[in-house]
Amino acid sequence: MAASTERQPDMGAVNAGVSSTRAASSAPPLALRILAECPVSKARACDLTLPHCTVNTPVFMPVGTQGTMKGITSDQLAELGCQICLGNTYHLGMRPGPELIEKAKGLHNFMNWKNNLLTDSGGFQMVSLVALSEVTEEGVRFQSPYDGKEIMLSPEQSIAIQNSLGSDIMMQLDDVVSSTITGPRVEEAMKRSIRWLDRCIAANKNPDRQNLFAIIQGGLNAELRKACLEEMTKRDVPGFAIGGLSGGEAKDDFWRMVTLSTDYLPRTKPRYLMGVGYAVELVVCSALGCDMFDCVFPTRTARFGTALVPWGSLPLKKKQFAKDFQPIDPDCHCPTCERHTRAYLHALFKCDTAAMHHVTIHNITYQLSLMQAVRTSILEGRFPEFVRTFMRRMYPSQETYPSWAVEALASVNITLD
Amino acid sequence: MRLELCRVLQQCRRGVLLDLGNSGVHSLELPGCLLYTRCGTVPHLTHHTLSTLKHLPAATQLTLDSLGEHQEVLEEFQEGVRRFAGLNDTLLFCSLHDSAVHHPPGYTTNKTVSVWGSGGRMELTVAQYMALQKAIRPNWYQSMADGETRQLNPARKRVCKAVDRTLSHLDECLSLHFKTEELSGAEIFGVVEGGDVSEERVRSARETAKRPVGGFVLDGFHTAAMSQELRSQLITAVVKELPENKPRILLGVGHPEEVLACVEAGIDLFEGFFPFQVTERGCALSFSYTLDPNPERTVFERNGSEVEEIPQHRENETQENWEQMTRFEINLKDKRYQDDFRPLVVGCGCYCCRSHQRAYLHHLLMTNELLAGVLLMVHNLEHYCGFFCSLRGALESGRLDAFKRMVLHGRV
Ligand SMILES: [Zn+2]
Ligand SMILES: [Zn+2]
Repeated sequence: MAASTERQPDMGAVNAGVSSTRAASSAPPLALRILAECPVSKARACDLTLPHCTVNTPVFMPVGTQGTMKGITSDQLAELGCQICLGNTYHLGMRPGPELIEKAKGLHNFMNWKNNLLTDSGGFQMVSLVALSEVTEEGVRFQSPYDGKEIMLSPEQSIAIQNSLGSDIMMQLDDVVSSTITGPRVEEAMKRSIRWLDRCIAANKNPDRQNLFAIIQGGLNAELRKACLEEMTKRDVPGFAIGGLSGGEAKDDFWRMVTLSTDYLPRTKPRYLMGVGYAVELVVCSALGCDMFDCVFPTRTARFGTALVPWGSLPLKKKQFAKDFQPIDPDCHCPTCERHTRAYLHALFKCDTAAMHHVTIHNITYQLSLMQAVRTSILEGRFPEFVRTFMRRMYPSQETYPSWAVEALASVNITLD
Repeated sequence: MRLELCRVLQQCRRGVLLDLGNSGVHSLELPGCLLYTRCGTVPHLTHHTLSTLKHLPAATQLTLDSLGEHQEVLEEFQEGVRRFAGLNDTLLFCSLHDSAVHHPPGYTTNKTVSVWGSGGRMELTVAQYMALQKAIRPNWYQSMADGETRQLNPARKRVCKAVDRTLSHLDECLSLHFKTEELSGAEIFGVVEGGDVSEERVRSARETAKRPVGGFVLDGFHTAAMSQELRSQLITAVVKELPENKPRILLGVGHPEEVLACVEAGIDLFEGFFPFQVTERGCALSFSYTLDPNPERTVFERNGSEVEEIPQHRENETQENWEQMTRFEINLKDKRYQDDFRPLVVGCGCYCCRSHQRAYLHHLLMTNELLAGVLLMVHNLEHYCGFFCSLRGALESGRLDAFKRMVLHGRV
């Protein structure tokens, strides 16, 4: 369905300003409706309307790399309440390739997914997965791991693939550098990412049905981040991602860059914090004003037998669970917890892949219900109390709270008792 | 348990088993197949994906191969595998081996048999075998048996010994069975052995039939062991010795052509491992089995040609795949399906065919994605169970010959 029919006619005061600055350009297929803002912190609860459905934020987006959510069917994923998930442009561009997906009438259709899709630019995967890659002004040059052919991924190429995939949100190609690198390369990457953003905007063939998000770069350098924010927010893009983080940098640097970014990002547009997915990070960064998150961790760890619970995690393959006849989390209402015990899952991991599917279903449910709880508490005006309860449950004592989380929360006036 | 035969044609039986299970509420249509599981789970499937299937068998098969290593856990759990595995209210049949797995020969002794789990081999005496059944609490289970003749080309003396041992195991199992409170209400199925020696088969059947068993398991007839001609001859000889009012389960045979021949020879129930094996090699069952095509199931009309195409495209397969793959399936890994946007089987109503296309399955297989196994298992199970359902319909309407032509040649 076209977004225009889905979009609420009344965007309220919030969006009025946006459309005026948008001037002549056509409206993007996205509308952000801010429902509540935490009076204490920067947290906010919004309805983000996209071409395939409305997304309730803050939201965690599970990652379905190759056009599938691991062993979960698209029906199961939708039943878990997932409104948006990710596909990886690098993988899908390689196999089955954009031509085939175009023939299949887009990725939604190919994988039979009725809700929204976000695709990355492919740049991150290329730099992290492919040893032989070289970044030039033109784009990222790399050798295909499948046939050895040399391929150039330019901003135009990345957008062309994402146009073929037909995702609801596309990401610009950015010049990715490790978050632990310092020096002139960081500045070069930031400036190049701005130039590439302009090329991506120009290359988007479907601005009426595919949203293009900019990615804020600048490493761990506050001045570079600010410069990037200042420049990118001048562009008329429907949303912003905070990039270049979650790559092994110190947590103290991480949260400072996040909060700096949300300080400068326009209130009226969605903010997507890339690659973040641990429970405590989700809660803290929601407090810092981020709306969208993604991470492979919850589904990956599920396949290795680890179930996420409000007090941490359960490595179900460990012998200690062999005779534990409780569900993973007695308070969880996912299909796995309603039917199976830790002991049965422990046994099943020895012989069948269905064990992974059970834990994947539970972990996705855990992530989605955590974000749902964050949202409800914001809507009900009790987000700070929610954070305190969350921390008490997650950590055995106050002494074990991670100091970065305590400081980050204090920076937005949430004190932990 | 009560067996009602509604139609018998020579040895071929169409019937229904009634008053099954502890509560007596189950019934089982014959001929039929069992639901294949490992550790109480249909491979790749969760309750959600399994429940999308329409023709699920009313009886589920468990194996000691996959459950043996969990004996201690089950004993502590005390409520049996049904509760442990979160199974629906289904009839449970427990067999010794998983027919989808090959076991090395040479591990059967006078007093013991062996099972193979993830932790390796486990040796069981009759007492241990029965303790395991007590922990599992099936509705039906096969008695301990010397199925060693499955593995080798055995000498007559060895065949004779297997029959003797199996009878003596049965007597010991029966004596413990009636002393075990947890197994009251459960039925022991006696195992007929005898390899390819007709006299031994008859002796095994005749002696087993004298015991208070609930039904019969015919062992050692698996696909690699003998030709279908010999299999049919032996089964015919065996069932002559068996009472009419008790069910007969055949182990190790799942191939549709062999199933049809064995039904004609008098078999009531088959294992369900065949659709799983098809799934594991990345294939989808595609043979026609619908005699009366209706708008919803136009399998044979539009898909009939698929079956005949296969021998030619099988030449592109690796030798290994070629040997395993049957002409009842299509290989979704084949490049020809890369841009084929049809469902696996046109007209199939399974979740996979309603939601996805061959090109997507091809992609999932090429990228080793877990969803491939899930979707193929759903389709293959639906197709295989649908085949049995149509087979029963054909028996009722006296059209078995037309049905056989349809399955074997794709046309009536
Ligand atoms: Zn759960
Ligand atoms: Zn199907």
